[in-house]
Amino acid sequence: MRIEVAGQNAFIVYFADQASAAVSAQIQAAVNNILATMQDCIVDLVPSYASLLVIFDLERSDCFAVKRQLRGALSGLENLATTAGELITLPVYYSTESGPDLEIIAKRGSLSVDQVIEIHQLQEYRVYAIGFAPGFAYLGEVDERIAAPRLATPRQKVPRGAVAIADRQTAVYPAVSPGGWNLIGLCPTRMFDPERDPSMPVKVGDRIRFEAISREDFIARGGVL
Amino acid sequence: MSGFLVRQPGLLSLLQDRGRYGAHNLGLTTGGPLDFVAFDWANRLLGNAINATGLEVSFGGLTLEAEVESSFVITGAVAPCKLNGETIAQWHTLDIHAGDKLEIGFASQGTRVYLAVSGGFDISPSFGSSSTVVREKIGGIHGDKLQAGDRLPCGNVKAIRHYRLGAADRPAYGDFASLRIVLGYQQAAFDPTQQWRFFNSRYRLTDRCDRMGFRLEGETVHSNMVGMLSEGICHGAVQIPADGQPIVLMNDRQTIGGYPKIGSVIPLDTARLAQLSPGSEVRFEAISIEQAHNIHCLEQARFERSSLRLERI
Repeated sequence: MRIEVAGQNAFIVYFADQASAAVSAQIQAAVNNILATMQDCIVDLVPSYASLLVIFDLERSDCFAVKRQLRGALSGLENLATTAGELITLPVYYSTESGPDLEIIAKRGSLSVDQVIEIHQLQEYRVYAIGFAPGFAYLGEVDERIAAPRLATPRQKVPRGAVAIADRQTAVYPAVSPGGWNLIGLCPTRMFDPERDPSMPVKVGDRIRFEAISREDFIARGGVL
Repeated sequence: MSGFLVRQPGLLSLLQDRGRYGAHNLGLTTGGPLDFVAFDWANRLLGNAINATGLEVSFGGLTLEAEVESSFVITGAVAPCKLNGETIAQWHTLDIHAGDKLEIGFASQGTRVYLAVSGGFDISPSFGSSSTVVREKIGGIHGDKLQAGDRLPCGNVKAIRHYRLGAADRPAYGDFASLRIVLGYQQAAFDPTQQWRFFNSRYRLTDRCDRMGFRLEGETVHSNMVGMLSEGICHGAVQIPADGQPIVLMNDRQTIGGYPKIGSVIPLDTARLAQLSPGSEVRFEAISIEQAHNIHCLEQARFERSSLRLERI
C-alpha cells in the first residue's frame, strides 16, 4: 500500500497493481475507516479499481495531519473477507432487439447468442468504480469468452439502461449518452435518479448479478424499447 | 418568484455556487466557478455568504432585466458593462431597480465575468449545490446554461453598504501565466529528461479549452507507463495522454480517468488559467504540497486584509 500526493488537498492511496475482489474489499474497508475516523476533514472519496483518492478540506486540516490519520485508517486492512459488499440483482432483457451487439460477440467467441446471455449471468461482478458520468458503475470481470473490444466508432446515442461490455468490464448506462461499449440488453432499473434517495442502487464494493427477464416483464417494470 | 429575466443569455452563462462536494462517489463532478477568486470578490463586495449563487458569464453577451430592487457587483474579465445604456464600473457595488436593463458585453481582457446579486440567486440545490454542470444536466435551472426567457429568482434585497475594490487589489488578466504544480500521482513515471522538458517549455492554449479541461500544445512529454487502471482525478490534475500534449483538468472534469498525471495545478493558478484565451501561453513550476499549503494560507490572509481596505462609495 502506497500513499502518494495527488494535489494541494488530496492524497491517492494505491492498494495494488491489479484490481481483484480482495483489493476491492480492502478499499471498501478503507473508505469505512476513513469515514468513521476522519469525517470532519474529508471532502470527497473516490474509490476505483485499485486506488482511493482522498480529498481533504484545507480549512480544517493540513497534509501532515491528514497523512498521519490516513496511515492509521489504513492499518490492518489485509486479510479481509472478499465476500464483503451487498449483493444486488439487476434484471436484464437480453435480446437482439435490445442488444444490437449480441450477435457480433457470439460470432467472435464461436458461441450462440443464448450462450453469451448465459455466460453474462453466470458471473458475480464487483462494482470497481463509479465515474465517466453520474451513476456509471464499472463492473468486473467479464468472462473472457464474451469480452469484447470497444467499437471502432462509438455510437452517438446509447439508450438509458443499455447493458454493455467493453474488454472485461460490463456496465449499465445510467442515461442516454454517446458510448463505445458493446450493447447486449436493456435493464429497467434506474442506475441514477437525482430525485431519489439513494440516487443509485449500487455503490463501489457491491456485488452484482444479472438476471434475464422477458420482454413483457421488462416493459412491466417501466422499461422502454 | 421574481428576480431577473434573461433577455440575451450570452455564449455560456451558468449559475454557480462554490461547487458540489461529497458527490464524487456517485460520479458527480465539482462544477463551481472556474475563477473562484473573482467569484469570491463579487460576493464579498455585497456582504453575501461565500457560497451564495452567482453567474459565471463566459466571454460575455448577457442581457438581463431586473424585476426586483437589488444591488449587484460585476467582477472578473474586463468587459463593457452597461446599466440602462450607461457605462458602469466593475468591482463596484451598484443598485438596480425593477425594469432596469443590465448588459455585459464581450470580454476584452480575460474570459470569465462574474455577476453577483445581493443575497445571491435563489436556486434550490441538487446534491448540496446550485452549480450547473451541463454535461451532467445537474444544478442551475434544469441543469442547463441560461436560455432567453429564463427567470433567475432572487429576493428584494439591497446592499446596506456600497464598496469598491481598489485597482491595486484587482487581478490583472494578461496572455501568460506561470502555473504552480504540486508534483504527484505518476510523476515518477516521467524521467528527469521528460520533466526537464515539461518544466522548461512554454505551452500554448489550444481552442479546445472548456470547463472540463484545457488542452495545451507544445513540447511533447512522455511517461514510461504502459496502461494504467482508472483512478480518481482531483481538480487541476495535469494529464498527459499518448500524444504527449498536457491537459489541465478543470471543474467539470470526469471524476475518474486512466491517463498518467504529473501532478496538479493549485486552484489559485487554475483560476488564472481559466481567464486566458486560446493562443495564450503558460509555463509550469513544480512545488511541494507543503509549499502549496503555505501559498493557500497566505492567499487567505491576503483576501482578508484586502477586504479591510475596501473603499466605501
